[in-house]
Amino acid sequence: MSDVTSVLFVGVGGQGTILASKILTIGLIEHGYDVKMSEVHGMSQRGGSVSTQVRFGKKVYSPIIGEGSADILVSFEEMEAARYARFLKKGGKMVVNTTQIPSLPVLSGACQYPQGIIAELKKHVPVRDLDATKIATDLGNPKSANVVLLGALIEALGLHDIDWKSIIAKTVKPAFVDINLKAFDAGMAAARQ
Amino acid sequence: MKKLLTGDEAIARGLYEAGVSFASAYPGTPSTEILENVAKYDDMYAEWAPNEKVAMEAAIGASMSGVRSFAAMKMVGVNVAADPLFTFAYLGINGGFAFVSADDPGMHSSQNEQDNRNYAKFAKIAMFEPSDSQECIDMTKEAYKVSETYGVPVMIRMTTRVCHSKSLVEEQDRQEVPPVLYQKQREKMDAVPAISKKRRYVVEEREEKLKGYSEICPFNEVEMHDTKIGIVAAGAAYMYAKEVLGDQASYLKLGFTYPLPMQKIKAFADKVDELYVIEELDPFMEEQIRQAGIPCHGKDVIPKIDELNPNIVSAGVLKKEQHGVDVSDSCFVPRPPDLCAGCPHRGFFYELGKRKDTVMIGDIGCYALGGSAPLNAKDLAVCMGSAFSVAHGFSHGLQLSDQKKRVVACMGDSTFFHTGINSLTEVAYNGSNAICVILDNRITGMTGHQDNPGTGYNIKGEPATLIDVETVVKALGIKNVRTVNPLDLKAMKETLDWAFAIEEEPSVIITKWPCVLKKFSKEDKAQFNLDKTPCVVDRDTCIGCKKCLSTGCPALRYDSENKKSSIAQADCVGCTVCMQVCPVQAISRKGDK
Repeated sequence: MSDVTSVLFVGVGGQGTILASKILTIGLIEHGYDVKMSEVHGMSQRGGSVSTQVRFGKKVYSPIIGEGSADILVSFEEMEAARYARFLKKGGKMVVNTTQIPSLPVLSGACQYPQGIIAELKKHVPVRDLDATKIATDLGNPKSANVVLLGALIEALGLHDIDWKSIIAKTVKPAFVDINLKAFDAGMAAARQ
Repeated sequence: MKKLLTGDEAIARGLYEAGVSFASAYPGTPSTEILENVAKYDDMYAEWAPNEKVAMEAAIGASMSGVRSFAAMKMVGVNVAADPLFTFAYLGINGGFAFVSADDPGMHSSQNEQDNRNYAKFAKIAMFEPSDSQECIDMTKEAYKVSETYGVPVMIRMTTRVCHSKSLVEEQDRQEVPPVLYQKQREKMDAVPAISKKRRYVVEEREEKLKGYSEICPFNEVEMHDTKIGIVAAGAAYMYAKEVLGDQASYLKLGFTYPLPMQKIKAFADKVDELYVIEELDPFMEEQIRQAGIPCHGKDVIPKIDELNPNIVSAGVLKKEQHGVDVSDSCFVPRPPDLCAGCPHRGFFYELGKRKDTVMIGDIGCYALGGSAPLNAKDLAVCMGSAFSVAHGFSHGLQLSDQKKRVVACMGDSTFFHTGINSLTEVAYNGSNAICVILDNRITGMTGHQDNPGTGYNIKGEPATLIDVETVVKALGIKNVRTVNPLDLKAMKETLDWAFAIEEEPSVIITKWPCVLKKFSKEDKAQFNLDKTPCVVDRDTCIGCKKCLSTGCPALRYDSENKKSSIAQADCVGCTVCMQVCPVQAISRKGDK
């Protein structure tokens, strides 16, 4: 049990959590780990809150985790980090994209987007917060924010002996290889700061 | 080299390796990707059937003709397919026959949480329950051997976590299976009372034989470690137990779960101090094990409701709770799913939601989201294809009880072909003034864009006969029919006004515009103006009235400090619904002003 690492990706439907977790799993398999990945399709993908779980180690049984079991949480949106925080181990850590996407109740005025989320999270666990959407936009494509976050995750996990760049180059569409390689580097750099 | 496959992809691989020739399905989460992947193999015939009953019947026909055949569906789809299934269970298979029931504990994407293992017992057929992707391949292959050896339809019961989790598999080559050439055998294939009465005995004899198979099935395995705790589990529940208990417990891992290997369970129970049956949803195995006189724990420690996970098993068996980081609840607000930016359903729901004294009946699909604020355009929904028949009964009930309201019902194009046609037949034949709306977005949307009889393409993307919705509606005898672009709010409103004015007869509105996420066909491109130039808000003109926000479009933003709306350019696809709603013309297509 103890040799298994659990990574929880959370975000909003359509943000590309699945592609980021796919690149991660390919790298982990090539490195010889047993890997399980779980995702949910269907209704929640329509702008709802989404999560993907990747677990790796010598031998993995369960594809999913319960509360208090993730070693690291990668949130593609600020408020989603808080929603899923209870799945993080005490002593776990977070990588959080500080971009804010208003949910439907916020847009319709039923409630306000919460303030001071990152400060609250930092009271509990180490948080690497970065504006991955801005970084990706500055590089030329806001949609590569997912690979910026992947870079930050790899840095936080210390998984440096896997050739991530060749995996990215094999996985994404040819027209997006350059931008995604830049995004990956920028994410790693942001996580080192 | 090992490959990482989802359970659904692995079932498709298993079918390929097992030499299956024919596969049919109706899409439904979490089963959809099985047939999408079967369609990638040239050696198998694959199709989207209009509904699960038809998929089951088509696969039954293929089996009777002599080839190995398959059907897939989500758990509620088995309700639709139950009629042919229960009688096929009496008849003889010819080519091997298996089907997948993909259950959804936790209701991630379903309207109920039924436990379809009960169907195996109810229909007296055989059942396998894989727990990971490798088992999806291996058990699929074994299922065909069991089907042909015992002359039984086999259910492969999966759950969301098996369907949509990826794990490593070893692939093997396809084993071609020669067809069992068809010979007329009325005495085992014609379901008339005289024959079924004889087959009834065959079913019971077969079940006894299958009990024998269950005892020796290689997928029902004992794994002895510490004997204080003994676990009986199948499917994903086994993985959770193994994760939590490791070598602190012994296991009887079951892969063939109907009929159960009761002697094996008894022998295992005798070797352990306390027996725990760990299963999601109903006490399906527990009740049978208790009935056999074997004491066990089960639903006294494991909940019946919702899907399990390792923590729940830990809390139930070890009484150990696990909690995570406790962040203040004020840090997040709900994020329900929403109709996409540019969704053609938005215009319809926006106009419908404004009507008073209207009962709005929905169905199963993306349009289930029309009920949420701010659109608020739904009162109720039941199951696939039900909207029109429920509306028919509702309209009559209102009249019989002298309640002055009108009923509007809606369903999508794929749902119309699924069972909505029958539903509309009721409305036409028996007559009611229900306003029936077919939201034709030219694709099956919610499950991820599968073709259907109305799109003009088949599962392999090849041209197919296009069945025109309006022609079908008119052929059913509906006289009042109009087709409208739902993104044109003025036209949408006028069309609703027209239908509301028809008080004595049924009326049908077809809203026709392609799903914004769809890969547009050449016909879509020719027929619709699909310009995706985004809209922009002129800040000087915007008066901060928030009227645009009442469309519920996720591309809109509102700056409450400066009281101005804006539109996220990366999200907007230029549907112009907000532009039509704005009272001061502050919104325009980018580049138009």
